[in-house]
Amino acid sequence: MKAKTQSPVLWPLLGLAALVLLNAVHDIGFLKITLLDGHLYGVPIDILTQGSRTMLVALGMTLVIATGGVDLSVGSVVAITGAVCAVLLQGGHSLALTLAAALGAGVVAGSANGLLVARLGVQPIVATLILMVAGRGLAQLIVDGQVIIIKNSAFEYLANGFVLGLPVAPLLVAGLFLTTHFALRRTALGLFIEAVGDNETASRFAGLAAARIKALAYIFCGACAGLAGVLAAANIRAADAYRAGENMELDAIFAVVVGGTALSGGRFSILGTAVGALLIQTLTTTMYNLGVSPAIAPVPKALLIIGVSLLQSDKVGRWLGGFFGKKAAT
Amino acid sequence: MNKAKAYFSHQLPLIVTAAIFALLFATASHFYDGFFSARVFISLLSENAFLGIAAVGMTLVIFSGGIDLSVGAVIGFTSILTATLIEKHQVAPGLAWTLGLAAGSALGAGMGSLIHSYRLPPFLITLAGMFLARGAGFWISTDSVGINHALYGKISAYEWVFGSVAIPAGALFLVAVILTGWVVAHHTRFGRTLLAIGGNEQSALLMGLPIGPAKIGVYTMNGFCAALAGIVATLYTGSGNPSMGIGLELDAIAIVVIGGTLLTGGRGHMLGTLLGVLIFGTIQAAILFDGRLSSWWMRIVVGALLLVFILLQRFFLRRKSG
Repeated sequence: MKAKTQSPVLWPLLGLAALVLLNAVHDIGFLKITLLDGHLYGVPIDILTQGSRTMLVALGMTLVIATGGVDLSVGSVVAITGAVCAVLLQGGHSLALTLAAALGAGVVAGSANGLLVARLGVQPIVATLILMVAGRGLAQLIVDGQVIIIKNSAFEYLANGFVLGLPVAPLLVAGLFLTTHFALRRTALGLFIEAVGDNETASRFAGLAAARIKALAYIFCGACAGLAGVLAAANIRAADAYRAGENMELDAIFAVVVGGTALSGGRFSILGTAVGALLIQTLTTTMYNLGVSPAIAPVPKALLIIGVSLLQSDKVGRWLGGFFGKKAAT
Repeated sequence: MNKAKAYFSHQLPLIVTAAIFALLFATASHFYDGFFSARVFISLLSENAFLGIAAVGMTLVIFSGGIDLSVGAVIGFTSILTATLIEKHQVAPGLAWTLGLAAGSALGAGMGSLIHSYRLPPFLITLAGMFLARGAGFWISTDSVGINHALYGKISAYEWVFGSVAIPAGALFLVAVILTGWVVAHHTRFGRTLLAIGGNEQSALLMGLPIGPAKIGVYTMNGFCAALAGIVATLYTGSGNPSMGIGLELDAIAIVVIGGTLLTGGRGHMLGTLLGVLIFGTIQAAILFDGRLSSWWMRIVVGALLLVFILLQRFFLRRKSG
């Protein structure tokens, strides 16, 4: 029990290791990384590149879930910012303006959620459901129902480029993860978030601006989703308002839960989320490698999430605790 | 006098919803020729029959303070299951429907048991259920399967002629399910237990209400409703399709909330859900009648309505407690 609380990253790491091992046994080429034209290629690199968007969305989601909430609208925000990017770039605007506008759209979306949840006290699932429903419609309105092709090499570089032989997108996301981790754990901010998630009333009595902290978590989540929208659009060089970010909220929530952040709020693990997101992406890639039809791929994901949430539930925890306790006694 | 006032304030959300429907329908009738007719009104129900049936089950789940995101996937699964059984394995439609309903109920019961016994968040477990059902549906078949059974043609061609109005089978199904749901929700012990759980689970437990059976029961019932919706969908489209009902759970939740049911549970009315279906259908029909508006306006308008209703609910609740 102690080990579990001490290292939330342990379980997802073990799961990830098991998955990688399974792949390596099936096909040793899975682990192979080659250097081609000074760039690194290989399945692990693919997992990092393809998983970077989920990781980014999951990063924002971690903080929202830590405050005891959830944000269902991230997939729609991804579609909105992708649409904003496409329309602005098509209109001949500069890359800097486009990125600023996309990030701004994410922040506005997050603020709307934050306003509803923190100021008006609407249940998080309900509040973010509104933007989840309306957001995709807005995205389609922005691109007028078309799939807009983006022709901008600098924009595309964000998702598919390499720097010093390493892919850009994962580096960007890793940087954000580390920055967030240190910004939260080296200051009291992380503790504030956990306090609000654990007991909002108590945290307010302790002098925390609970509503503001909650709102900030949603804004941060919106910004992360906005950035992920940029990466998604850059990756496929197009804005697809219908499909972009589809089911991304689910993958992000899964990554957060698998990474050891409690859905009830009150504690979080940024690094756990990173490992959780990698685990989800590796699972998806494993399905491809093992020749499982993509249509059935959601099933193992569902089983994984049921298993993990059962492990986290009190009842099973007590049962396991008793089991191990007895073992230790004999 | 006081009693009448209390009754009025209790039914206020329902009255507001009815007023909004009347307003929307009147506005659409004013702008579009031929909108104001019994035919259009009936089509509001028949076009949304399977969505409405799913919304009835969802209403009960939301009464209990829960949520079920798996209904869309269950609709897809049931539709492809019954279609495959009937077409590929020559199973009699009655038996195929029974199997489909049993599968949907079993999934619901499983999710309900997990939610109740292990105190897991409903939205997470039903999300997993959604993945399971969708995966299982695509596992049966990735393509749409057409149904050419004689009984199917008979049922989908059936119309109940009432004076000069012909009511198709889909609308009849929906009305029957809503009436059944109304009886279950407001005239049985089970329905009252659900509302009590949604209001305050702890108090309901202390009152000695059977919380476990009620919670597991309501998810089972919702699984049944979703499966029924899937079967009605096969009647409506004459085929089964594993990708049917993607995102339908959101529409169903929106309909329930627009119908004046509190999303936190504990308060609401089944007839509100009927009005919710009518409002949803009116917006859809108006966009179709207009022809200039694109289909994505539907999502935006529904989102805006959701926002209005949720803010109204907040307002009423604050005033009550404050």
